[in-house]
Amino acid sequence: MSFSWAKPYEPKHPVMKWLDERLPLPRLAYGAIGGGYPVPRNLNYFWNFGVLAGVFLMIQIITGIVLAMHYYATADGAFNSVNQLIMRDVNAGWLLRYAHMNGASFFFIVVYIHIFRGLYYGSYKAPRELVWMLGLVIYLLMMATAFMGYVLPWGQMSYWGAQVITGFFSAFPVIGEPIRVWLLGGYAPDQAALTRFFSLHYLLPFVIAGVVILHIWSLHIPGSGNPTGVDVKDEKDTLPFHPYYTAKDGWFAGAFLLIYALVTFYVPNYLGHPDNYIPANALATPAHIVPEWYFWPFYAILRSCTFNLFWIDAKLWGVLAMFGSILLLFFLPWLDKSPVRSGNYRPLFKRFFWLLVIDVIILGYVGGAPIVWWRTALGQVAAAYYFLHFLVILPLVSAFETTDPLPNSISESVLSGDAAETPVAVAG
Amino acid sequence: MATKASAGVTGETGGDGVRRRDFLNVAAVSFAGVGTVAALAPLVVQMSPSADVLALSTTEVDISKVQPGQGIKTQWRKQPVFVRNLTPKEIQEANAVSMSDLRDPETLAQRTKPGHANWLITLGVCTHLGCVPLGIGEGENKGPYGGYFCPCHGSMYDTAARIRQGPAPKNLMVPDYKFTSPTTVQIG
Repeated sequence: MSFSWAKPYEPKHPVMKWLDERLPLPRLAYGAIGGGYPVPRNLNYFWNFGVLAGVFLMIQIITGIVLAMHYYATADGAFNSVNQLIMRDVNAGWLLRYAHMNGASFFFIVVYIHIFRGLYYGSYKAPRELVWMLGLVIYLLMMATAFMGYVLPWGQMSYWGAQVITGFFSAFPVIGEPIRVWLLGGYAPDQAALTRFFSLHYLLPFVIAGVVILHIWSLHIPGSGNPTGVDVKDEKDTLPFHPYYTAKDGWFAGAFLLIYALVTFYVPNYLGHPDNYIPANALATPAHIVPEWYFWPFYAILRSCTFNLFWIDAKLWGVLAMFGSILLLFFLPWLDKSPVRSGNYRPLFKRFFWLLVIDVIILGYVGGAPIVWWRTALGQVAAAYYFLHFLVILPLVSAFETTDPLPNSISESVLSGDAAETPVAVAG
Repeated sequence: MATKASAGVTGETGGDGVRRRDFLNVAAVSFAGVGTVAALAPLVVQMSPSADVLALSTTEVDISKVQPGQGIKTQWRKQPVFVRNLTPKEIQEANAVSMSDLRDPETLAQRTKPGHANWLITLGVCTHLGCVPLGIGEGENKGPYGGYFCPCHGSMYDTAARIRQGPAPKNLMVPDYKFTSPTTVQIG
């Protein structure tokens, strides 16, 4: 892997030499996140969100491990252990809990920006298809982890979230209901479901960390992409990761964590739902039941299916469409065939990209708001457009679009800007 | 794999290219494979409802205080159950519906016990995604069909708790139950 001009690791201290011959862990780190990893020199701030996602994974794991020391995974004790013990009695418990709660939201904010960065700059294209797909695996694991974590305080939204989301499985004919009962360990969410969710909520972040290593490993084979989408050609195009990008990532993490701190300290419940401060009640569903904001677009797709079609009923359509909306992203590298990676040089693609962003925001709005007929209709149009974008528009655009001329190299685009570029033929 | 010539030298084959060691390999891997699959069984079944959960599988309900037009909410297997004493008007409305208008065609008689046509006993679990519909309590929204209305995704049920509109695919489920006396019902 890596480029021929990558600086080799040369331990100077005798202890480091001794270690390098026995367990070359510093060598691995030097080649992955140190001076031995050459990175395109033209990265913009959107390239900071990968490292930032790693920072939030660590924040979640550390605060989560500590919270687990004070949490009771029992249907009788869970609500009070969070809202009485941790929030009031445990020293600094309120801070750890709010940090964990908002850490989840910020983790998703960072990951959504990271994903849309990838969508705009064509980061999913060859030779980085596996980087993209492993990223989607991480995203799916994050969704499972976040959902199960949200159940743990055992408030009204926790309980009914568990009921509705495990209810997805009951959409499948014949086997669906037995699967649901098996997943819950009962006929409704209760002690058995709570304890297993706690166990898995503790496990999955470490699985995520494992897949993150694969994600970075597969990225470092071709090396990082860049805003022009042009391949690295020689040493002039790159800078060593350390100190250049460690410094930039460090400064940006500091700036972004300030926003996180502002929310955590001043409006810690802004992103949450007040109904989750009511203890779980199996006999009354909250009037307005919604998932956390980061699931709203998918919730809107689920609710958009209100009619039976062919031999499949509306409920199963909703579940299939919702899962399908994520699974189809795995095929993205083959749906978009354009040889040009970056949206900067794809005038038509660029417009449709921003339409998709607006579409997802509309889906998010519809998914988070109560049902009225016009909002359902809006959600149906937006859900249909989501699928249309990936399955029809993107393949057509990549087939017929005339792309703008690409710069000859990264260093040229950095030194002379877009104006002085010599056009080159765009070929496959 | 050993060639015929070398196998002839070591004398391991029966002349058809199959070594005795191949049998040992296949037998050992098969045995280990079956054993591994068998070891997965407890890991799978531990997830199913445990004995203490199943032990809650019957509930007795006293219905003597429920007047026509009223209903009560009780619990069976940790799930809400609606016990509703239908008024003659509600029974008549339910019987007036044509079967072809129903998504999940069932008559009121099929959903109640003979001689107790006014007692509609169903799970209070929307067949869409499992929310508790409104309409059993005093003053709750019964929806346009006079039965139940699910606030989560807008499913509407009629006075026989049959699905009429919205995303739910089935009628509210009627659990197994029997009248142990004119005023007592055993569910489960």
